[in-house]
Amino acid sequence: MVNAAIQATQLNKWFGEGEARTHAVKDVSFEARFGEMLYVVGPSGSGKTTMLSMISGILRPNSGTVRIEDTDIWAITKDQLADFRLHKIGFVFQDYHLFPRLTTAENVAIPLILQDRPWDEAVREAVRNLEVVGLKNRAGLPPVKLSGGEQQRVAIARAIVSRPDIMIFDEPTASLDGDTGRNIVQFVRQEVLSEHRCIVIVTHDTRIYEFADRIMRMEDGRLAGFERGDGSLDAQ
Amino acid sequence: MTAEIPGALRVAYKLLVNDRTKFTALVLGITFAVFLMIEMTSLFAGILSRASSTVINIGASLWIMDPSVQTVANTIPLPDYVLDEVRSIPGVKYAVPFYSGAALLKLSDGTYQAANVIGLDDSTLVGRPGLLKGKIEDIFAENGFLAVEDSEFYKLKGATLGSEFELNDNRGRIVGIAKVSSSGLFGVPTLYTTYYRALQYIPNTRFTISYVLAEPKHASDVTQIKARVAAAGYLALTKEEFTAKISDFYKYHTGIGTNMLLMTLFSFAVGLLISGQTFYTFILENIDKFGALKAIGAKGSALVTMILFQAAFVSLTGYGIGVGLCALVIWLARLQLPDYAAIITFLNLGVAFLMVVVIASISSYVGVRKVLRIEPFDIFRG
Ligand SMILES: Nc1ncnc2c1ncn2[C@@H]1O[C@H](COP(=O)(O)OP(=O)(O)O)[C@@H](O)[C@H]1O
Ligand SMILES: [Mg+2]
Repeated sequence: MVNAAIQATQLNKWFGEGEARTHAVKDVSFEARFGEMLYVVGPSGSGKTTMLSMISGILRPNSGTVRIEDTDIWAITKDQLADFRLHKIGFVFQDYHLFPRLTTAENVAIPLILQDRPWDEAVREAVRNLEVVGLKNRAGLPPVKLSGGEQQRVAIARAIVSRPDIMIFDEPTASLDGDTGRNIVQFVRQEVLSEHRCIVIVTHDTRIYEFADRIMRMEDGRLAGFERGDGSLDAQ
Repeated sequence: MTAEIPGALRVAYKLLVNDRTKFTALVLGITFAVFLMIEMTSLFAGILSRASSTVINIGASLWIMDPSVQTVANTIPLPDYVLDEVRSIPGVKYAVPFYSGAALLKLSDGTYQAANVIGLDDSTLVGRPGLLKGKIEDIFAENGFLAVEDSEFYKLKGATLGSEFELNDNRGRIVGIAKVSSSGLFGVPTLYTTYYRALQYIPNTRFTISYVLAEPKHASDVTQIKARVAAAGYLALTKEEFTAKISDFYKYHTGIGTNMLLMTLFSFAVGLLISGQTFYTFILENIDKFGALKAIGAKGSALVTMILFQAAFVSLTGYGIGVGLCALVIWLARLQLPDYAAIITFLNLGVAFLMVVVIASISSYVGVRKVLRIEPFDIFRG
């Protein structure tokens, strides 16, 4: 791969002041490549979510830059960045944040609706994506009628529905049983990932390590190194 | 406005309306406030209009009176020379005497009934009402009176052409049934007769003219006429000015106005509290959803539009139902109580609408502030 999909340089983030100050991410630099599924692993509190938020344009770093494709995302205006997220990035949040007053299909359609696609077309597209996560028969129900695992699959369907270039998943299989989690990640790997897309996944779930191209380890806010999906250390 | 609005509005609509309990509470809050505000102000408007009913019904352009007069019902008699004085003013087309006074009638069944008697100038009958029955000339017939068929008419106990009554030992006879545009405020029937018969039948003070009614040759003469009347120590008011003066009296010099104002403000406050509080809870409950929308890429302006849309939708729905309910209640009340004075004016509707806009603005301002402040990162972290 020649081009970097995401290029993070010297990222730093701290929270709070004085005694309470936490340096959550320390001098992190890395690249995520097009066509790759990059995993981020590390103990709880090691700064994974914070780092993910900075590379996806949701949390401004205290220092450092993030380049996605050719855009320095922290150098553009707020509205431009919102537009950029809408068209380039798909998320799975740690909590799913589904709308209880919309149907499951409408929830999945949200990114398309915000992109101005006609409502019915967006919902049809959403139903197709629900089918791949095995929830087509739940399309018309409100999400509260679904189990935790099913809601997580809805959140995944919402993240991939518009087939964004960059997909950022924070612990997407945490509440799925082994087979379901594997199947969905396998589907995403085979059908959604492509030459011009990149997927970054934070996970503790060793059952899905086999789908990773590289695994990036974080410890105490620092980048501790890369491994191959098979576990061998990659100097990079 | 960005092009993404319509889809986002549909989302906003569903978030709002599919939350049945909150939506109902929101709409009811507005409906309740609108209903109370319009009911209060309509009742007041009705009272004000009735207080000026004589001025409205007679329709004369200029009313000349003692400067101390506060309302049309509390007349201060004028000496006859005022009439001559007014007639001598250039620019006055004509001026006539007018009598308005209270009388006690003894009806044919022997019961007593208070009434308002209006005496119209004998030679011109300026201010005469339209007749439902009878001929206007009969007002000159012996003992001739016209009875007004307004909301108090029934108190004359089935009066019709030819009915007789006694007025201070004088015989009176109904020779016509009249229709007027506005009923009086004081709950008594109205009779019309000629000016001189009114003076003969009703005991009077030394001066007898209640008002001098005048018509200017041109509208441009009014200023000059008013100045001349003022120079003579009296007051000339156009009918609009007189109505406004009467309204002001009830608004500012009786307890009615203050109470109405308080009740209207009270309704407004209740509506603001219920709706504002419910809307705020609604926004708080959905705050993480708005945050998720923001993270996904909805612009601040789109979120603001969604909230304004929700507030506007709730307000208009509540306003519509409130106005409808008010019209219904007033209609029902009229069926039971002919005296019920409420009238819904455009001013009432406008005032209530303005208050609803204020309620919606305050509620959505609070919501918008909350939504613009959320950090998508907090949503992302969970
Ligand atoms: N909004 C915040 N305010 C204060 N501290 C925070 C905030 N977000 C994260 N942190 C701290 O930053 C560190 C990294 O958090 P996080 O990125 O969520 O870790 P991980 O996702 O690896 O579990 C933790 O010590 C956490 O307490
Ligand atoms: Mg985390």
